[in-house]
Amino acid sequence: MIINHPLLGPRDSQEFTYLGDASLIDRPDWQAEDAVDRFYDYLYERENPAGEHRELWFHEQGDRSWLVVTRNTLTHEITNVELARDVARARGRGK
Amino acid sequence: MSQINRISGGQIDRAKSLNFTFDGKSYQGHPGDTLASALLANGVRLMGRSFKYHRPRGLLSSGSEEPNALVELRTGARQEPNTRATVAELFDGLEAKSQNRWPSLAFDAMGVNDKLSPFLAAGFYYKTFMWPKAFWEKLYEPIIRRAAGLGSLSMEVDPDTYDKGFLHCDLLIIGAGPAGLAAALTAGRAGADVILADEDFALGGRLNAETFTLGDASGADWASATVAELANLPNVRLMPRTTILGAFDHGIYGALERVSDHVAVPASGKPRQTLWRIYTKRSLLCAGATERPIAFDNNDRPGIMLAGSLRAFANRWAAVPDRQVAIFTNNDDGHRTATDLLAKGVRVAAVIDTRADAPRMADCELLAGAEVIDCKGRLGLTSITVRLAGGQTRQIACGALGVSGGWNPNVHLTCHQRGIPVWNEALAAFVPGTNPVGMSVAGAANGTFSTAAALATGAEGAVRSLADLGFKAKAADLPPAEDAPVNLSPFWYVKGASRAWIDQQNDVTVKDVKLAHQEGYRSVEHLKRYTTLGMATDQGKTANMGGLAIMAEMTGKSIPETGTTIFRPPYTPVPIAAFAGRSAGADFRPVRLTPSHVWAAEQGAVFVEVGMWKRAQWFPKPGETHWRQSVDREVLATRQSVGICDVTTLGKIDVQGTDAAEFLNRIYANAFGKLAVGKVRYGLMLREDGMVMDDGTTARLAEDHFVTTTTTANAVSVYRHMEFCRQCLWPDLDVQIISTTEAWAQLSVAGPNARKLLQKIVDAEHDISNEAFPYMACGEITVCGGLRARLFRISFSGELAYEIAVPTRYGDGLIRAMVEAGREFDAVVYGTEALGVMRIEKGHAAGNELNGTTTALNLGMGGMVSKKKDSIGSTLSEREGLTRDDALNLVGFRPVDRSRAFVAGSHFINKGDAANAANDQGYMTSVAYSPNLGHTVGLGFLKNGANRKGEILRAVNPVANEEVEVEVVSAHFVDPEGERLRA
Repeated sequence: MIINHPLLGPRDSQEFTYLGDASLIDRPDWQAEDAVDRFYDYLYERENPAGEHRELWFHEQGDRSWLVVTRNTLTHEITNVELARDVARARGRGK
Repeated sequence: MSQINRISGGQIDRAKSLNFTFDGKSYQGHPGDTLASALLANGVRLMGRSFKYHRPRGLLSSGSEEPNALVELRTGARQEPNTRATVAELFDGLEAKSQNRWPSLAFDAMGVNDKLSPFLAAGFYYKTFMWPKAFWEKLYEPIIRRAAGLGSLSMEVDPDTYDKGFLHCDLLIIGAGPAGLAAALTAGRAGADVILADEDFALGGRLNAETFTLGDASGADWASATVAELANLPNVRLMPRTTILGAFDHGIYGALERVSDHVAVPASGKPRQTLWRIYTKRSLLCAGATERPIAFDNNDRPGIMLAGSLRAFANRWAAVPDRQVAIFTNNDDGHRTATDLLAKGVRVAAVIDTRADAPRMADCELLAGAEVIDCKGRLGLTSITVRLAGGQTRQIACGALGVSGGWNPNVHLTCHQRGIPVWNEALAAFVPGTNPVGMSVAGAANGTFSTAAALATGAEGAVRSLADLGFKAKAADLPPAEDAPVNLSPFWYVKGASRAWIDQQNDVTVKDVKLAHQEGYRSVEHLKRYTTLGMATDQGKTANMGGLAIMAEMTGKSIPETGTTIFRPPYTPVPIAAFAGRSAGADFRPVRLTPSHVWAAEQGAVFVEVGMWKRAQWFPKPGETHWRQSVDREVLATRQSVGICDVTTLGKIDVQGTDAAEFLNRIYANAFGKLAVGKVRYGLMLREDGMVMDDGTTARLAEDHFVTTTTTANAVSVYRHMEFCRQCLWPDLDVQIISTTEAWAQLSVAGPNARKLLQKIVDAEHDISNEAFPYMACGEITVCGGLRARLFRISFSGELAYEIAVPTRYGDGLIRAMVEAGREFDAVVYGTEALGVMRIEKGHAAGNELNGTTTALNLGMGGMVSKKKDSIGSTLSEREGLTRDDALNLVGFRPVDRSRAFVAGSHFINKGDAANAANDQGYMTSVAYSPNLGHTVGLGFLKNGANRKGEILRAVNPVANEEVEVEVVSAHFVDPEGERLRA
């Protein structure tokens, strides 16, 4: 597969390592009343869709960017690649 | 003598002769020959024995689809089994052997299997070798392997290299027949980056095998003129002897180039084969078509081959299996073979055409509406039995029979991304359905079989593909060529036949397919696995359609309703060596060497692989004959005076930024915010699920600058995790990290004389006295007269100890300087074994304890998980189940009988309990012989272990059926108060 890195252009997927669902960005608040349940869901209750999937890839043998790659798990078509940092900020994460 | 079946013409260089042997007998051929064509020319029809029944077999085809003529090429370490003689390019000195026969090809003792065939039908192995289970390994499998094996391996190391390469192009053209050449001309002239790959050593495809003219030129001459023009275009890369083996995601193709298979020994510096990864913007599949046979009784006799192959051997290689042939066909194309052979002076006894209205096309007898129903000739065809249209039978003498059941487009690569081919009724064949993104198909592979159509669609395909990329290409001007329509009446097998071979490679007959159906195997995929139809080196290229047609007939469905098996990569077999490339032997993976490696090697150190690292395991001295002698000496000398150890392999991560302390606070379970500049702190890192991920020390060199260490094994994964936290969880923290593992050479100096030794090399202006540089201090210093260094007062051994780091290029100098400085203290250099012994004596957890299933609580460090702040894993570390009262605790163990030893992995069982899983109390993780205590010591996880000191348990090792009584003790066997490291 080829991942079109937002900074570096098309790179072979062999340069990357894979983590999983991009919802791992949405780490819960540790001070919430039900923090244990929220963390449990965050860690274990994830979708495994046959189709479009937003997932985290790490450019380990490249510039060490974490990317959010939107990939169809049935066809491997990649429709979007974003810097995970930008995605995290857009989802309200900061310091 | 010799070459008795060599006829006139052909694209071989008769001016040169090539000597070769087959089963020890010498023959001659010419440049341009394959092993198959040269053997045919020499009158050899019998080339192999079949897989299961050991039936005599000859060539079925002239190409890579060949199921029968599998041979061993070359001898000694270069011997290669299961190679198709049809694709083995002849070279001088080639030694080839037939396979799967004993003692000889003409008399094969296992031929008795053929007589036993009623017992060896479909599913025979599944039905017969079922029980008892123990018989499999000892009895059935060895017998089956010997009897049904194909070629044999030399068991010697392959002396040749195999390479890997990467290519990029605008347009990859797969196949260099008329469609591929027309496409390459079009795209090449338009200036696109083109790769034209073909599995054959001669580009041209069927143009080299047919007598058609293109304009005024013969097909072969037009092909070579076109290739000559392409070779002069700098933007076109011609890749003969290269098979495109698979179509992968996003326009990536795999290719195997046989760089040196056509020479006895690869030229200096050349690999035998290269596995290419080709990145394409567009691809055009021009892979042509494969002819399919018609099954009739004993249709596997040597001399019976595909009609198009018979014609290819005659036209391209000037070789025939016999001077008297016959043709059996259901379509017009079969008649061409008769016409071409007649033109070469070969006698064609008859053309037998299943169609009652068959046209008369060749100048020989035509038997319309007739079928070949059987044949004779044990080791080679002598005659065929024909059932005439009227029902009477007739014997026709012939030594070769060309069979044509029509042609199947080579759709394989269109299926590699789960494309399903679609049925074309007029061709009675599958044509490409959904193609992989970026791929188009032209010529016969797309079901357009005439030469004119192949040329035209190839050129058009190139124009269309390039238009997508913004090229304005003009279709190459093409010569007029043959444009005959396909006339065919589907005919798969002769009714009433029983021992009629559908898949010759796997010895599957019409009867086997029917039997499989009777036994309930209705899906094509099940049929394939039950009968093995379509498996092995040819992947059923000539067999699948026949099997499918019979299945369709049995189920009363149409062929497209019956389905087709999915074609998967590789298109043809790829040696494992090619996949390995240069990653073989010592180059299997990269090796990382420590900065003291050269010095250690000079001392005769024994090295151990730790991931990719090679680390010194111990340093044997003269007279030491057992590793324990060396290790015990290193441990004792360190604890008595001083020892030095290279610890560079520990991961080092530089953490900087105004939020660096806050970042560390969040990735470590314990707090880092208040760590003073110039101090080091132990850090415990959890995974988000609450398990311990890693541990290490972190030194604060400045307010906004930390150096953190990881275990050797987790250096990569911890760095990855820290980047994840930094970029994905807290993107606005002002923190930057980088791995500096290889930037610093780091040595540990441990033992009562550690400071004295260091004071000899640390520059005098740096005070490292106990008062100025206490336990857990760190600082930037200079050594050896101005070399910048970092000093950390940390201890893994439990002794007064330091770690000193210098830029990596000074690591060799530093070890030599330290050894020299240590001479007056009898300093030793110790390896990883002594390191391990000392950390077990001290009760420090390492990889054995941080095994991914243990928590801070298990390790006795539950109190370190701060509840005053958020950190990765802190919330889930409180999960029910991870905090139970009888949780495993890390404790120490010693044998009750001090002379006894135990092993890591032993499980603890209470005295009096049966040694089973229900009574399991925990397990031993680390064991060493302590030379300080004079007995074996162990660390392990024991249920509620913190409260069981003094208890006697059994350490049970069910694998070796041994057990040892052990006493639960503190994990700190040496200096439990920690006085030494503060000294």
